[in-house]
Amino acid sequence: MDDHRPSTPILDVRELAISYKTRRGQVPAVRDVTFDILRGEAHGIVGESGCGKSTVAFGIVSFLGRNGRIVGGRILFQGQELVGRSEEELRRIRGDRIAMVYQDPMQALNPSMRLGDQMTEVLTTHRGLKLEAARERCLEMLDRVYMPDPANVMQRYPHQISGGQQQRVVIAIALLNDPALLIMDEPTTALDVTVEAAVLDLIAELQRTFDTAIMYISHNLGVVARVSSKVGVMYAGEMVERAVVERIFIRPFHPYTQGLIRCVPRLGMDKRSSHLYPIRGRVPSPSNLPPGCIFEPRCDYARADCSQKKPPLREIEPGHWVRCFHAEEIAQTEWQVPADLAEQLARPAGYDPNAEPILRITGARTYYRVPSKKLLTRKKLYVKAVDDVSLEVRKGQALGIVGESGCGKSTLVKTIIGMEKPTGGQFDFMGMDVSVPVSKRDLALIRELQMVFQNPDSTLNPSFTVANQIARPLIRFKTVPRDQVESQVLRLLQMMKLDERYLDRLPRQLSGGEKQRVGIARAIAGQPELVLCDEPVSALDVSVQAAVLNLLMEIQAELGSTMIFIAHDLSVVRFFCDHIAVMYLGQIAEVGPAEAIYAPPYHPYTEALLSAVPIPDPRAEQKHIRLSGTVPSALNPPTGCRFNTRCPRKIGTICETEVPPWREEGHGHRIFCHLPLDVLCKMDAVVTVNQ
Amino acid sequence: MAGQLSLETPKTKRTKKTLGGLLVIRDSRVGMVGLTLVTFWVLVAIFAPLIAPYSPLAQDSSAINQGPSAQYPLGTDTMGRDVLSRLVHGSRTILLLAPLSVICAVIVGAFLGLVGGYFGGIVDEVVMRLLDAIMAFPTILLYLIIISAIGPSALNVVIAITFVGAPGVARLVRSLTLDIRTRDYIRAAETRGEHPFFIMFREILPNARGPIIIDSMLRVGYAIFSIGTLGFLGLGLPPPTPDWGGMISEARKYIWTNPLGVLWPALAISSLVVGLNLFADGLREESTRYQ
Repeated sequence: MDDHRPSTPILDVRELAISYKTRRGQVPAVRDVTFDILRGEAHGIVGESGCGKSTVAFGIVSFLGRNGRIVGGRILFQGQELVGRSEEELRRIRGDRIAMVYQDPMQALNPSMRLGDQMTEVLTTHRGLKLEAARERCLEMLDRVYMPDPANVMQRYPHQISGGQQQRVVIAIALLNDPALLIMDEPTTALDVTVEAAVLDLIAELQRTFDTAIMYISHNLGVVARVSSKVGVMYAGEMVERAVVERIFIRPFHPYTQGLIRCVPRLGMDKRSSHLYPIRGRVPSPSNLPPGCIFEPRCDYARADCSQKKPPLREIEPGHWVRCFHAEEIAQTEWQVPADLAEQLARPAGYDPNAEPILRITGARTYYRVPSKKLLTRKKLYVKAVDDVSLEVRKGQALGIVGESGCGKSTLVKTIIGMEKPTGGQFDFMGMDVSVPVSKRDLALIRELQMVFQNPDSTLNPSFTVANQIARPLIRFKTVPRDQVESQVLRLLQMMKLDERYLDRLPRQLSGGEKQRVGIARAIAGQPELVLCDEPVSALDVSVQAAVLNLLMEIQAELGSTMIFIAHDLSVVRFFCDHIAVMYLGQIAEVGPAEAIYAPPYHPYTEALLSAVPIPDPRAEQKHIRLSGTVPSALNPPTGCRFNTRCPRKIGTICETEVPPWREEGHGHRIFCHLPLDVLCKMDAVVTVNQ
Repeated sequence: MAGQLSLETPKTKRTKKTLGGLLVIRDSRVGMVGLTLVTFWVLVAIFAPLIAPYSPLAQDSSAINQGPSAQYPLGTDTMGRDVLSRLVHGSRTILLLAPLSVICAVIVGAFLGLVGGYFGGIVDEVVMRLLDAIMAFPTILLYLIIISAIGPSALNVVIAITFVGAPGVARLVRSLTLDIRTRDYIRAAETRGEHPFFIMFREILPNARGPIIIDSMLRVGYAIFSIGTLGFLGLGLPPPTPDWGGMISEARKYIWTNPLGVLWPALAISSLVVGLNLFADGLREESTRYQ
């Protein structure tokens, strides 16, 4: 198998075209995609959802489903043609030399089989190995993917290990047959940042040691920048640019690539000193493509000829391919903010750090009772989702809450809004007590606290039109007299940059970003004092995310509303928020002004989080801190400092026995740590960008 | 991909929706067969007086228990009444009572299911255990108990079928509610301080309607069986009302001399029930296909 010359690419895809058959006829999902992957190379494929990244991957492994078909082009795997072969021939050529890793490890693992059996099965059936030998090899492989205690893991079932460990097992299984090509489709998207960072480290190392060709699909520019050596940018089913990773990020030629890079906030950007520039319009549907350049309707540089004929993918510089007629010209001109976009760019609200706090939480505790597993001992067990949290939110402020999943950030917000009953603590909101559940609150209080939800697909009731969804809070809170409801709905829609054509639409006729806008309109319709945003942009594509963030900023500037913003993306939080609280296991680890959180002194947990953030800039250098283990159970949190079990800067038994003090740095910046302030101040900055 | 495509033509989607989304049935061959059968019987019921050659009660003492003839296309029964006329008029009663009783069962069941599913906890426990108790009885036994207690009449048949059918509907609606309740738009309604009944009936129920409609179609089929069974046992509509179940019961006694007398009403019941089932199946398949 290894007789090919080293210069032959492992995978060579040429002018690939894939169509799906639907009720409305053939839909050309992928057209004219060309790229190759050499051995030992990691090739990233980036693009927004629905642009055909996964379809290309499925085409390579001929897993297109009943209605998908390769309608043109070639796929050469180790020099041999895959297109047009029968199943039997494919099996022979491909053998077990292509492996694939998907987004959700739980879908790839059989929940009712021990992990060891699933792994050895691969070798005993495909390779005919003896069970003992297979077991040896599996143990060795688990060790290579840095699985702690592999022998024990082999005995377990998938649900008994964490998500990050599951993904390691899936990767280990993929590597068992020593594949020539490893296709990874968003393998870290479902994982927390700290876990993601560890898995990405693993992938980078595998690439070095196994000499495998890796095709890495992701929507996240930062992740791709970290793992790939070459990157292909896909847009609406076509590859629009391809080059080595540094060139894509530092000197992109294609206007779409430039747009993508402009619309993601980088770690360190904030709303006062910089803007996010969303890409206008939206991705065309594959059944209704523009006749000329596919990006022409959204392009700031579009000329007359762009809408006439299709630009080819051409090599503009050695190794740099781009699908644009005017790439040279575009590269020379400095990008100017187009007039229509400049108008839309929000000016951030002038927030006064000395404003009155409108929400003051002291010692908040929210526990969930869980039934004891033992029938006889009626001992009460509690999940301490939020444990002794004190916070202040000032008028006009945007407070960000960050932390890994399970740290209690959602529970805290649910408690504030009244969907969970707090177990203890004082909750004071503009002189009113908000520790009562929403059903017992006064209407006047209810209207002051509204929420924006995470999932655009479930935030709107599928049975009601957009107009109904927005009108309901107006009627309920009597924000405007009954006869003005209609005009107010229209005004809100216009604020959301949607026009009256949307009034009668149902949620399923809206795109993700539009649904989220309607959700925001519904939340602000009653003119609430405090808007709670639970991951409002995490489910959106980056170009849409920028537009929604700008919209939120504009609302804040216009209405002067205060916001609590939960997110796991630290760059987004840094960009959007004035003040940030970092939570760990139900407690606040560090709180302070945004710029203070992202610069030393750090809480050791914040430091680890920051070093894990994928940054869409290959020049950026990050300190390498990886947390060991997983977040401990909130049922039985560690004593002393809760972070002591994973802390890389633990100083001794004091961390395990005593609750840490608050170290005050001034300007409201407080760190919950045993390390003295001067030690914390001596930390180096986590992220440095070399120009 | 499907999500993107659906954005293409909002206009046509909208008209489809206003027609109740039932038009998807056109794409299902099985569903269309079912729809044809059901439509046939509905038309028969509507135009019964025009179709039936005789009054369903008119007796011809000269032609008792006869097979098909030119005068009586499907023959006559034990009292000399025209079987065709009785079948045609019988479709009226059955197509009135079966949907009516299902509607009642759905109203009661949906209410209980919504309450149990939305409130959860002890309310759910009490409601569902009571319904389980009803479901623990064999249905036929329940019918017998209820009808013998309140007497046979059209209204009481409806009451009996409602009582027996409601627990099944409640279970379905409860499971749908448990799912829908976790969606963000329900949380949005809660944070708006909406009344629980508003949330149940305005926010949850409309989104459960698809499965409820399909389930109801199947239930109409069962209800037709049940009405037939009750008629057969003499617990249905009091004679001389034309009733398919009763017709089978009467003709059964003479099955050796006039076997066709049993066949016609049996065919009528089964074709209607099969039609409803095919229609419901087709509807379910087509409406869940591209989600």
